[in-house]
Amino acid sequence: MEASSVTAPRGSRPSIGRLPLVRFQDRLLRWGLTGLAALILALLAFFFIRLYVEAQPAFSRFGFFGFTFTNDWDVSRNFYGALPLLVGTLITSTIALCIGVPVAVATALFVTELCPRRLRAPLTVMVELLAAVPSVVYGLWGVFVLIPKLHGFEQFLSDKLSFLPFVGGPVPGPNYFIAGLILAIMILPIVTAITREVMATVPSDHKEAALALGATRWEMIRTAILPYSRAGIAGASMLGLGRAIGETIAVTLVIGNAPTIGKQIFDQGYTLAAVIANEFGEAANNDVHRAALIAAGLVLFILTLIVNFAARWFVNRAAHGRRATREAATSGALA
Amino acid sequence: MSLVPISPGRRRKDALMRALLAGATALALLPLLLIVYFLIRKGVGAWSGSFFSTDPNGNFLGDPGGIKSAIIGTLEMVGLATLISVPIGIGVALYLVEYGRESRFGSMVRYFVDVMTGVPSIVFGLFVYIALVLTNTGGSGFAGWKGSVALGLLMLPIVTRSAEVVLLLVPDSLREAALALGAPRWRVVARIVLPTALPGLVTGSLLAIARGAGETAPLLFTATLVNGTNLDLSQRTNSLPAQIFSDIGQAQDRLVGRAWGAALTLVLMILSLTLIARLASRRSRLT
Amino acid sequence: MIDPTTAEVSSMDPSEPSTEPAPGRDRPQPTPGAAAMMRRPRSRARDATAKRVAVEELNAYYGQNHAVKDLTLEFLPNEVTAIIGPSGCGKSTMVRCINRMHEEVPNARATGAVRLDQVDLYHPSIDVVSVRRTIGMVFQKPNPFPTMSIFDNVAAGLRLTGVRGISLRDRVEQALRAAGLWDEVEDRLGEPGVSLSGGQQQRLCIARTIATEPEVILMDEPASALDPIATLRIEELVEDLKRRYTIVIVTHNMQQAARVADKTAFMLAGELVEVAETEKIFTTPSDKRTEDYVTGKFG
Repeated sequence: MEASSVTAPRGSRPSIGRLPLVRFQDRLLRWGLTGLAALILALLAFFFIRLYVEAQPAFSRFGFFGFTFTNDWDVSRNFYGALPLLVGTLITSTIALCIGVPVAVATALFVTELCPRRLRAPLTVMVELLAAVPSVVYGLWGVFVLIPKLHGFEQFLSDKLSFLPFVGGPVPGPNYFIAGLILAIMILPIVTAITREVMATVPSDHKEAALALGATRWEMIRTAILPYSRAGIAGASMLGLGRAIGETIAVTLVIGNAPTIGKQIFDQGYTLAAVIANEFGEAANNDVHRAALIAAGLVLFILTLIVNFAARWFVNRAAHGRRATREAATSGALA
Repeated sequence: MSLVPISPGRRRKDALMRALLAGATALALLPLLLIVYFLIRKGVGAWSGSFFSTDPNGNFLGDPGGIKSAIIGTLEMVGLATLISVPIGIGVALYLVEYGRESRFGSMVRYFVDVMTGVPSIVFGLFVYIALVLTNTGGSGFAGWKGSVALGLLMLPIVTRSAEVVLLLVPDSLREAALALGAPRWRVVARIVLPTALPGLVTGSLLAIARGAGETAPLLFTATLVNGTNLDLSQRTNSLPAQIFSDIGQAQDRLVGRAWGAALTLVLMILSLTLIARLASRRSRLT
Repeated sequence: MIDPTTAEVSSMDPSEPSTEPAPGRDRPQPTPGAAAMMRRPRSRARDATAKRVAVEELNAYYGQNHAVKDLTLEFLPNEVTAIIGPSGCGKSTMVRCINRMHEEVPNARATGAVRLDQVDLYHPSIDVVSVRRTIGMVFQKPNPFPTMSIFDNVAAGLRLTGVRGISLRDRVEQALRAAGLWDEVEDRLGEPGVSLSGGQQQRLCIARTIATEPEVILMDEPASALDPIATLRIEELVEDLKRRYTIVIVTHNMQQAARVADKTAFMLAGELVEVAETEKIFTTPSDKRTEDYVTGKFG
């Protein structure tokens, strides 16, 4: 026999087809998906610009700063200065944070450190269920349950605490405080969820070190958990703030929709989001009014952008925060 | 000798703080219980056969009708919004995971999708109002499908974020194994990545749908409010949130009663979606 | 006050800012169950500080896993006792039972008694927080509190008991000197604890532990995460510290045990196999299992 040949027997030579290096379908997939992603960015930019353009009639009449910072929103005179709305937005959001964040942090602490293990999952689910209640249902409940039931108590507080600034006077049904309270309830799930995740990432090393020094449970929390979670809690609060600023329907039902800056927390007020929802119907035929509402929307949009940028900065500073928000995102509380 | 005793002050403080934290947790859960209680108490009373089978008829006095068109409208609009937002949302997430993990463009997209989750829902309504309603796109001003677009925009970042998390959980080793077998990229995505991530994708989408179903603000100036049943989404379309909102504003007992009934219906719908979402996530092999 | 270089004790002058608990805080209270000696002794002569620890028929479980079986062992004052054994033999678990850290793990429990002098630490009337204050622990991985400065780290335990001001500063300095860290950090006490090197961080943790003047110090593989030079410094420190404390040190490094320990105990599969003077364990062990381990046949 001839010496072993290098050539393969006829008919079985492997063939490598001459395909282009990247298949057509692969290219299609890649560019298709990239296009979608680019679409998102384009869409956001497009909407921002259109918002600005449509708000022009108001801005050209009052100036951007004139519009935003003038304290005079008067539909009857067709004069629109949005300061009462801006202030109302800030007041209600601040009340929401003051009430909501401590409760959320306390709940997160309780669930992660103090409660019996069997209760952990049910309690967590229950807090997250608060996020499943739609805004309009909060409004319904606020108007027909919360306002009547709390009225007496609010009047009591207003009388007893009238020595404090911004407290004192008659209490109408809907007011800043009730709006802030409902907002606090609405931001509980998001702040609790992120805080809980952040606290769960505290290394047990530090908790053990504190306990081994002879610290009580609370002292361990104060020494090892709270300082470590500071940045994460700040980020969570800012995300809650962003949510509170943009909340429309529940607020417009319980704040009284009075376009003035109230003197005390039990006064009626207005917010940027609420005014848009409320006055859109009647603004349909009035160019300036409509532009003013759109301008209010733009101011609201910018405000939420600022708050959200700040929130993400805080959350990213807590290196553990990034993972925490991702995990909270899948649990739905962030939705 | 004795053990170093702990001062009673410290023990008291510890007990106090524990009680405080437990109390705060109870406080956090109180609203949920109250809402559920009142929803059931006031909502069930409004339920009846005619409640679900008749449309609202716009009467202020007398029988106000039921909520049939609201339910149908919500189902239609949210359904269309899902068809819009879920494919696009998953598509963007796929981009971020398969091609955009390191690139600057990818980071930018990811960042702005995150930003989008913080945009208030009413602003989305304004966007669509300006882009589609004012321009009378499609021949009419307000229309159901425009409401769907607004809802879809709202749902999109939610779908994308949760989808991205899930897709990232698919181990790269799976992708590599498939590629090493000679499968082209698109097939790896379609046959390996997506099916593995499916339960998680379903969960994320269901949660987004639950969110969209409850939104009122974006619909106020896109689909607005109307009484009759509308199978035609190119006209104004009713929806549960909008109907509830409208009824609250009327100071009339029977309308308010209808609002509670509608609210209970809406909350039950959302809860079922959330429940199914949780069950789906349990079947995932990834989480 | 204790002079770290000679371990001489100067008399307790009531007018000195001292280790006597401030009035109203941590004033010694009768603890039911701690029969004898209700008050902290005023004088701290050398042998009155460190205490004898007796573990009696200790059984420790993680759920169903029986990690420590019927263990009885004694640790004498001013002595260093090393616990050696292969991974998983239960040495860390046993030591954690002494200061009742074991029960912090979910589903973990322990039965038996651990006596600090005459007091059974597992008696239901005993406050576990008090146990941990009296028995200090140094962990394997240095774990200074990341949000605190060097000073604050050492002061952490002291602040819990209300020590403040000059007294606090003095005690922090004492502790840092005793841990051999003072010279290296005295002008940067405000810097974060985590800015130190690994070996320094561990000495910081030791300073933190001794600042509260415990009676016993438990060390769970304190040098295993450190480089050889840092390890040597820790070992020198242990030599020094035994003059004032009872020390139990878990180690997987037999040479380390040979270098620092007066007594050595060998554990295997949750049981105490043998305990004796260190030299005897390593040269003429009584049990064959011990001999196999120390000659390197396994583990």
